Amino acid sequence: MKVLVCMSVVPDTTTKIVFTENNTQFNKDGVQFIINPYDELAITRGLELAEANNGSVTVVHVGPAENEASIRKALSMGVNEAIRIDAPAHDAQFVAEQIAEIAQGYDLILTGRESIDYNGGAVCGLLGALLNMPSVNVVTEINYADGKYSFTRDIDGGREMLSCKGPVVASAQKDLCEPRIPNMRGIMAARTKPLQVVAAKETTPASQYVAYESPAPKSGVKLIDPSNAQELIHILRNELKVI
Amino acid sequence: MSLIVFTEIDNQQYKKSSLEAISYGKKVAQSLGLSCIALSLDTLSDTASLGKYGADRVVSLGHNAAFTSDNSAQLIADACKQLGAQVVVISNTYTGKSMAPRLAVALGASLATNVISLPDTSAGFKVKRGVFSGKAFAYTDLSKATKILAITPNTFDIDASGSDVTPETLSVAAEASKISIDKSDKVVGKVPLTEAEIVVSAGRGMKGPENWNMVEELADLMGAATACSKPVSDMGWRPHAEHVGQTGITIKPNLYVAIGISGAIQHLAGVSSSKTIVAINKDPEAPFFKAADYGIVGDAFDVLPQLINALKN
Repeated sequence: MKVLVCMSVVPDTTTKIVFTENNTQFNKDGVQFIINPYDELAITRGLELAEANNGSVTVVHVGPAENEASIRKALSMGVNEAIRIDAPAHDAQFVAEQIAEIAQGYDLILTGRESIDYNGGAVCGLLGALLNMPSVNVVTEINYADGKYSFTRDIDGGREMLSCKGPVVASAQKDLCEPRIPNMRGIMAARTKPLQVVAAKETTPASQYVAYESPAPKSGVKLIDPSNAQELIHILRNELKVI
Repeated sequence: MSLIVFTEIDNQQYKKSSLEAISYGKKVAQSLGLSCIALSLDTLSDTASLGKYGADRVVSLGHNAAFTSDNSAQLIADACKQLGAQVVVISNTYTGKSMAPRLAVALGASLATNVISLPDTSAGFKVKRGVFSGKAFAYTDLSKATKILAITPNTFDIDASGSDVTPETLSVAAEASKISIDKSDKVVGKVPLTEAEIVVSAGRGMKGPENWNMVEELADLMGAATACSKPVSDMGWRPHAEHVGQTGITIKPNLYVAIGISGAIQHLAGVSSSKTIVAINKDPEAPFFKAADYGIVGDAFDVLPQLINALKN
């Protein structure tokens, strides 16, 4: 089983998001970057499946050289090899088009459900369509037996069990597994594992980010006396009319 | 040329988010001089009523098969081509998000998900979308001739001032799906969290899963969906599908009630777009009070029974 995991590198979840250059650039100063949390799940489950089925795992990342520390972390988790496509991740469509170039020959392609920075949630479906493969998003379970993949996925208001033959693309949702923590042996081995850098192919851009905005701050909290909590219901019912 | 709105059917009814999408689509269609066509995979008894929400035409594809991402995207894409789609509007639900990217490839279109504004077409085609899991917004300019907009549920108003439209049928051949749906478990009669107008959410302050009956009772009385914080879902007190926050789901209900949740930056990211936020916490220093509109500094075990009683009266 050959598994390809697409990983993105994102600001740590505790990051305060600030913009510069008249709100046109995300301020990376002092920001710690990590493997996108959902991609970590995809890597871990990819490794578990590959290990059980005599397979291998490749990670692919579209991004600049400064993200190689995160790629090495994926290698230290047990991933066999890595490919970095040398271009900034312009948008989901750009990323999917770049990955599609190297994604032939894999049995299972995994992504995160979404990246926690741009939240597109689109790469899984885009890759499926570009590669003419079925795609299954937001999966909480992936198993493989008798040449068939079975999935449990979140749907609106419930869950669904699906199955299909490979090759298939799926996106990882929380609950898929516990992210694997690299051990010392893995960290040492990662230093010498292959990390191939390939040039990006020319594509026609589908979109362009032109400006950012931070949410408007709240005007201040109105406190209600805890011994008179029913006042809240009165406000919600009669003043705001939301219940 | 036309604007197509893809409508989702759940339990033999059009979803509220799809009605929002039609009313949104109507506005966009008007500004661009397009005809607004509501597309329905199947014909229901009230398909004609989609006209009320703004559809100039209602087109049914006459398929009642279960939804899989690959063949329904192909069906919708074929229909969009026949109907001359210039803009396609989809709800940013799990179903919408499984299909929208495939549709973008099939139509060679630009795709924007999490859309929370009407497009600004004064120069280009700019939409505002939620990014950084609720911590910020971004304006993106879509450059391909065809645009797909996946709009966030509970963001746009439903305008039901139109009138019924006689549905047309369009014959589009469906390819066989490579995916088989083996089983589907849906909670019937409960609003999915991402589409809920009111959400009651609780955290570690509830002390244990055995105390959730109070939270659920309050939610039922308010007609709300229930949610929880990350620690609560990590400890297995509540299912992961209820976890809201940066690594859970991002929601924007009209009312969000947070009980016993301190309000870490990751949690606030997922809920800060809610129209009204109420925080109930015994710690007056809890960061949630800075993000809330209304607050009660008090123990959930004292406050909740009062709220439940007030709602019952």
